[in-house]
Amino acid sequence: MSDYNFAYLDEQTKRMIRRAILKGLAVPGYQVPFASREMPMPYGWGTGGVQVSAATLTPEDTFKVIDQGSDDTTNAVSIRKFFEKTAGVAVTEETEKASVIQTRHRIPEAPLREDQILVYQVPIPEPLRFLEPRETETRKMHSLEEYGLMHVKLYEDISQHGAIATAYAYPVKVADRYVMDPSPIPKFDNPKLEMAAIQLFGAGREQRIYAVPPYTKVVSLDFEDYPFEATKADHACDLCAAEDSYLDEVILDDAGNRMFVCSDTDYCRTRREAGHVGRLGEEVAA
Amino acid sequence: MYVAVKGGERAIENAHAWLAEERRGDTAVAELSIAQIREQLALAVNRVMAEGSLYDPDLAALAIKQARGDLIEAIFLIRAYRTTLPRFGATRPVATGEMACDRRISATFKDAPGGQVLGPTFDYTHRLLDFKLAAEGEVAKAPTAAPRNEPTPHITAFLRGEDIIQREPDSEATPGDLTRTPMSYPAGRDIRLQSLARGDEGFLLGLAYSTQRGYARNHAFVGELRIGTVAVEMEIPELGFTIEIGEVELTECETVNQFAGSKTEPPQFTRGYGLVFGQTERKAIAMALVDRALRWRELGEDDLGAAAQDEEFVLSHSDNIQATGFLEHIKLPHYVDFQSELELVRKLRREAEANVAKQNAGNEDAGKEASQ
Repeated sequence: MSDYNFAYLDEQTKRMIRRAILKGLAVPGYQVPFASREMPMPYGWGTGGVQVSAATLTPEDTFKVIDQGSDDTTNAVSIRKFFEKTAGVAVTEETEKASVIQTRHRIPEAPLREDQILVYQVPIPEPLRFLEPRETETRKMHSLEEYGLMHVKLYEDISQHGAIATAYAYPVKVADRYVMDPSPIPKFDNPKLEMAAIQLFGAGREQRIYAVPPYTKVVSLDFEDYPFEATKADHACDLCAAEDSYLDEVILDDAGNRMFVCSDTDYCRTRREAGHVGRLGEEVAA
Repeated sequence: MYVAVKGGERAIENAHAWLAEERRGDTAVAELSIAQIREQLALAVNRVMAEGSLYDPDLAALAIKQARGDLIEAIFLIRAYRTTLPRFGATRPVATGEMACDRRISATFKDAPGGQVLGPTFDYTHRLLDFKLAAEGEVAKAPTAAPRNEPTPHITAFLRGEDIIQREPDSEATPGDLTRTPMSYPAGRDIRLQSLARGDEGFLLGLAYSTQRGYARNHAFVGELRIGTVAVEMEIPELGFTIEIGEVELTECETVNQFAGSKTEPPQFTRGYGLVFGQTERKAIAMALVDRALRWRELGEDDLGAAAQDEEFVLSHSDNIQATGFLEHIKLPHYVDFQSELELVRKLRREAEANVAKQNAGNEDAGKEASQ
């Protein structure tokens, strides 16, 4: 595709995005405004992640895209195809082999390495947005480190439900300073936010980029007597028998039968290839 | 038995092929040409150019054809194309006072220099379906008059002579560009007007209507509404002077609104401004009303808490490409998040039910004790 520049965006735009990324890495968890471009896919469908990936990719990179943990969901397919076409980079479904991974709603199960970059698609970057809809106010709250409202919200959850009623996009504090929205990953993934890889977050419609550098302290907000708990379905994967992976619940029939399978399809496949067999693994193979 | 969902790529390709076929419709019916859309659906073309922020009737017509007549989808196509275009520079501000007007009306004066010119308007048509259009037929030629050569000055210019209308500050500053710098609030009037000019016609119409119905009411007179073409001029540094590079059709609306004033400052009329590509009258009037409502602070009015007065609210929700993208993204799979919420609700329910059971047991015990 010669009609467009490498990875679609022009070099000036990429430079602008890289500056925002560097600023984000220098101030972990701080939302850096950037002049988000109109991409040829809709806002809300990963335009932030796509712009960050476009500014990050080099011709030597190997690119992987997941949505809900899976490489084969339609929007992941569509984004992967976009970069195959506009950047001509190698693509893979194997977490191990990827140098840049764009994700929506999940962190891969396999630990990432220092030579990998994880790019998140972010719908609403502002963790305080649903407590205070005004950007003018929330920016002030961040600069004053005024996070009392968030703690009150978590406290009210406990008084009403007996537990913190946030199951995904669970707020974290990064490097003891900024409260950050880790994007709508299930809270099961929160402990993985402290990792060896660079984590970049792109919100296209909201024009924000933020980042978590490798080995940065990331703490899920909680209370001493109501500690944060990373939860998942209390089952093992029915295909690969993994007990440590986040599971999707699949409805099998109208008699209430369910099966639980790894949301990270590459993790599940790797385990099955290594000989692990779950409760229904034989049936599927047959 | 559950089989891991594979084949997303083929499904997408097939969906696109089907879409292309549906777009074409019955092949026994002649295909629409770009020229037909440009000439006969000109108001749709104008809206796509205005909200797409790109003045090119042929491209807008192509986008409408490709989008099967879905104008927001067409605007999206134009916006996505527009971002890839290189920028050569900025033109001089267009001189709307020198517009070659097709239409020019004022609601504030019975007559004024330049006259009241109705132009090609729906205004006084009776909205009766014209079944003759269902059959093919020649259109009778419209009567013509000799073109006027004298200028059509702005109505507000007459009021300004008397100092009875607020003066707009002159500025040589380069206006901001929300497509190149991230939005921040307060935005300033330049960015506000740019945002409104690109904003969704329906959204602005609703907001403008709300101000008329009392949510930050400020009665607006249409001081002037004009539609016509203006020259676009650019200063070429190598040449050292300005040359005309083309012309665009614009709709401009200036409203005359109620006055501010105090014991020391004599009252003056205030104004709202709308300027939109093409013949886009409804949008230009709506824009002027919303612009006026957003100026409450600068004009020393009260914040009445109305939606149309709230800059951050108006500007962050007026873009239909942003809105439609985010609205429609909820079609995408969210099963991972749903799963985590499913487990949470199940857990909370288990705990709540256990509490209720405990309470009931306690009540029964208390009841037994009481009856003993």
